[in-house]
Amino acid sequence: MTKGIVKGIIANLVLIEVDGPVSQNEICYIRLGETDLMAEVIKVVKNTAYTQVFESTRGLKPGDTAEFTNHMLEVKLGPGMLSKNYDGLQNDLNKMEGIFLKRGEYTDPLDADVKWQFKPLAKAGDKVEAGDWLGEVPESWIAHKIMVPFSFSGSFTIKSIVGEGQYTVNDTIAVLSDVDGNEVNVTMVQNWAVKLPIKTYKEKPRPFRLMETGVRTIDTLNPIVEGGTGFIPGPFGCGKTVLQHAISQNADADLIIVAACGERANEVVELFVEFPVLDDPRTGRKLMERTIIICNTSNMPVAAREASVYTAMTIAEYYRSMGLKVLLLADSTSRWAQALREMSNRMEELPGPDAFPMDLPAIISNFYSRSGYVVLNNGKTGSITFIGTVSPAGGNLKEPVTESTKKAARCFYALSQQRADSKRYPAVDPIDSYSKYLEYDEVIESLNKLISPTWVDDVTLAKDILLRGRESYEQINILGDDGVPLSYHDKYWKSELIDRIILQQDGFDKIDKSTPMDRQRYMLELILKICRTEFHFEVFEEIMPYFIKMVNLCKQMNYSEFQSPDFKKFESELDTVVAERRVK
Amino acid sequence: MTTQAFQRIYTKLQQITKATVTVQATGVGYDELAMVAGRLAQVVKIMGDMVTLQIFSGTENIGTDAEVVFMGKPPVLKVGEQLAGRFFNAFGEPIDGGPEVEGLEMEIGGPSVNPVRRMQPSELITTGIAGIDLNNTLVTGQKIPFFADPDQPYNQVMALVALRAKADKIILGGMGLSNDDYLYYKNAFENAGVLDRIISFVNTTENPPVERLLVPNMCLTAAEYFAVEKNEKVLVLLTDMTLFCDALSIVSNRMDQIPSKDSMPGSLYSDLARIYEKAVQFPEGGSITIVAVTTLSGGDITHAIPDNTGYITEGQLFLRRDTDISKVIVDPFRSLSRLKQLVIGKKNRADHPQVMNTAIRLYADAANAKTKMENGFDLTDYDERVLSFAKEYSDKLLAIDVNLDTDAMMDTTWVLFKKYFSKAEVGIKEEFMKIHWKD
Repeated sequence: MTKGIVKGIIANLVLIEVDGPVSQNEICYIRLGETDLMAEVIKVVKNTAYTQVFESTRGLKPGDTAEFTNHMLEVKLGPGMLSKNYDGLQNDLNKMEGIFLKRGEYTDPLDADVKWQFKPLAKAGDKVEAGDWLGEVPESWIAHKIMVPFSFSGSFTIKSIVGEGQYTVNDTIAVLSDVDGNEVNVTMVQNWAVKLPIKTYKEKPRPFRLMETGVRTIDTLNPIVEGGTGFIPGPFGCGKTVLQHAISQNADADLIIVAACGERANEVVELFVEFPVLDDPRTGRKLMERTIIICNTSNMPVAAREASVYTAMTIAEYYRSMGLKVLLLADSTSRWAQALREMSNRMEELPGPDAFPMDLPAIISNFYSRSGYVVLNNGKTGSITFIGTVSPAGGNLKEPVTESTKKAARCFYALSQQRADSKRYPAVDPIDSYSKYLEYDEVIESLNKLISPTWVDDVTLAKDILLRGRESYEQINILGDDGVPLSYHDKYWKSELIDRIILQQDGFDKIDKSTPMDRQRYMLELILKICRTEFHFEVFEEIMPYFIKMVNLCKQMNYSEFQSPDFKKFESELDTVVAERRVK
Repeated sequence: MTTQAFQRIYTKLQQITKATVTVQATGVGYDELAMVAGRLAQVVKIMGDMVTLQIFSGTENIGTDAEVVFMGKPPVLKVGEQLAGRFFNAFGEPIDGGPEVEGLEMEIGGPSVNPVRRMQPSELITTGIAGIDLNNTLVTGQKIPFFADPDQPYNQVMALVALRAKADKIILGGMGLSNDDYLYYKNAFENAGVLDRIISFVNTTENPPVERLLVPNMCLTAAEYFAVEKNEKVLVLLTDMTLFCDALSIVSNRMDQIPSKDSMPGSLYSDLARIYEKAVQFPEGGSITIVAVTTLSGGDITHAIPDNTGYITEGQLFLRRDTDISKVIVDPFRSLSRLKQLVIGKKNRADHPQVMNTAIRLYADAANAKTKMENGFDLTDYDERVLSFAKEYSDKLLAIDVNLDTDAMMDTTWVLFKKYFSKAEVGIKEEFMKIHWKD
């Protein structure tokens, strides 16, 4: 093992003189009194390793010793991760003692004593390679696959595999032999370096299947697909975190991984408090049963904040390899970028725009590219859908993190201050936002098959109406209510109808907060029917009250159980109102 | 801070800048304190045997032969019940002529709370100011700043909050306070006879700016002592955080760091978060709540300081001069307490959310009516009534000199509803109407 001696300290950047080989991103432990501080090599110059320490370096002295581990920052993968609350380095936060986080306290991410009911899926003599399923254990409601470790290269033969029964994560469940006959024992646990993508799949086709989030402005207008990427930029107070929480509660995923990266601790506490009691709207199970929280709040060490998003992504890739539909949420990727900036600054690298490191766009797009829809070696599919938030400085979207992310992510959900100020929630701007997936032929085909044959055309029409509405609104503002033709008011109010009924959604109402796709289709078709209707008005003063009446009825429909008597009652009232001024 | 026997003394400075000195020394720990020519300094960089020290009070008149004595420990504060009622400087030394405090030494800027050990904030803190208690209720464990222009009376408001808040301990951190403001606080606390629960750490404009960097951590270390050891509800008031950030930028500049937006250090977000995130509700009942002041330049909240603050804090409060009543009010439109829904209507009267929202809706109607009036349009009867309502609402509730308990605030609002509006115009749930709409 390579050893080293501390030579220099600037905040959490520590220079270590080493006596042997070190590699980039290698982990070392610096001895400080009774504790070991974990650090990562980020640059090497001759025999000096520049390391970023994942803890406070207070009290560290030149001459203190360090030991290198010969591996990169790793996570421990195995059954028992579900429902856990980890810090950015995958320490189980619940296992830590005391109220305050102690420096150098590292806890086991898995539970060594728990016995899992193992069922083999392969048999002795089978040929296997990395990522192949050897067996499964029930983890909560997931059939957690025990796989050939991802780090195994080449082909292996199963020499022996244990029968059904109870085993701990560290028990040997299979013995494999490689082509040369060397035997290796496999347990339920494997380690993987977080900065490396897990690539034990056959292919990564273009994603095509809709990922329902229950949020109408996303699903209807700018849908995200299974294995897709999206991001939510917005100034503070626009509801980024609220929107992400809504998605995490309602999304149609097998597993949700939330990376709370450099944000408010009280917001994470909200997840800790709510998720164990809230129900998953699809399965009726508690939300916590399908959630893993990686929590590195803003006051926790900066370097670990950078690691936290990678930790989350690696755990997501692990579950994807079991053929699961994983949704990964990161709030906020700007804080991660800022962590990169702080380090680059301490290393006195030449800065890029706004003092961020020059390779920021590459780092971001590399990270986003780890998500995706994959076909596993056994023909099953799995996916990671990734949605990150971005906190642009001063709410200005022309800043490096937003711009770099825009190049990497395929869906863009721009939160607008103006919409937030006028309490139009979720404050996603319908005109500025986009989903590139609506341009994919396979997505169009899949949506039309899944929802209705004319669905994508309907959505395009809705977008056109919104755009025309905004143009009309601007004209009305310039020329005055009576300075424009009546049709401008009509256009504006039709766009308002879409805005208020389809786009705006009451996150606090138990029915309105999540809308299934068939209901979204029903409402969009209903609203578009009204929008296609030609109405008769004499003067502009008649238009607003008339539309307000329709808006109120549609809102009541949104608040009622789908197709319930109430819902139908409001719908028939709406029909009557529409008929009043319809041009025959 | 006295030197002790057997400490090594270094006397050859290798480099002197405006805020730092570099000395050749060994066995020095990071973050450790030292005395340089009798001035307090902290280790900010170690490269081999070259140790760079940041001198809090500046390097004026320091010679290359100055004495450097390392103290072997990071900055500490002696904590104990005796802190109450006292005034200290940024180093935790008394400035009120009283004796030194005896007690346990606690490192300042200590570790953060394990997020899974935090409790969800759930208790309200009242201040008697309706713009806060009624419309933007503070919750224990919350952190919230006043975004104020320099000409606004934020120090008076902070003093009011300190005097009235129902908290066990109030800790005031003054950064770059003018001497006049310091004396104002001192007199206000003495005259009100509440000194026994107030602790102040003050850096005035007469002290060097870099010293300010210690003030928030001094306050929060004291706060942690009372909240953790004594399970007390502690309210920490920090004024003015913009001057704290300015000190940060001075230091990072002297350390040759590359500035990011608005010449602020790239680590501004983390630096501020480390302070604000000390706000916490502990499981044993103690809590730390932070109310800060961030002064703005010309109301610009996109500047790096208010912008980063806004991403960290749980809401913000704005002050505004209401010319109709010539008093300062808490702006009901721009202010926001993100945590209020955790308590209002749950921990106090059930009609709170409805009363609050209705009054603000009517107040917004008044703003529209006012625009109408200013543009020379005719006012309807409703417009006239909302205008009168708004004026009285401002005067009797929003003005910062009003001091009521929260129930009285709601009762007053109900009286105003009744006075100016019909039941339908108010539109509050019937169950509350039955109780509070007194015919």
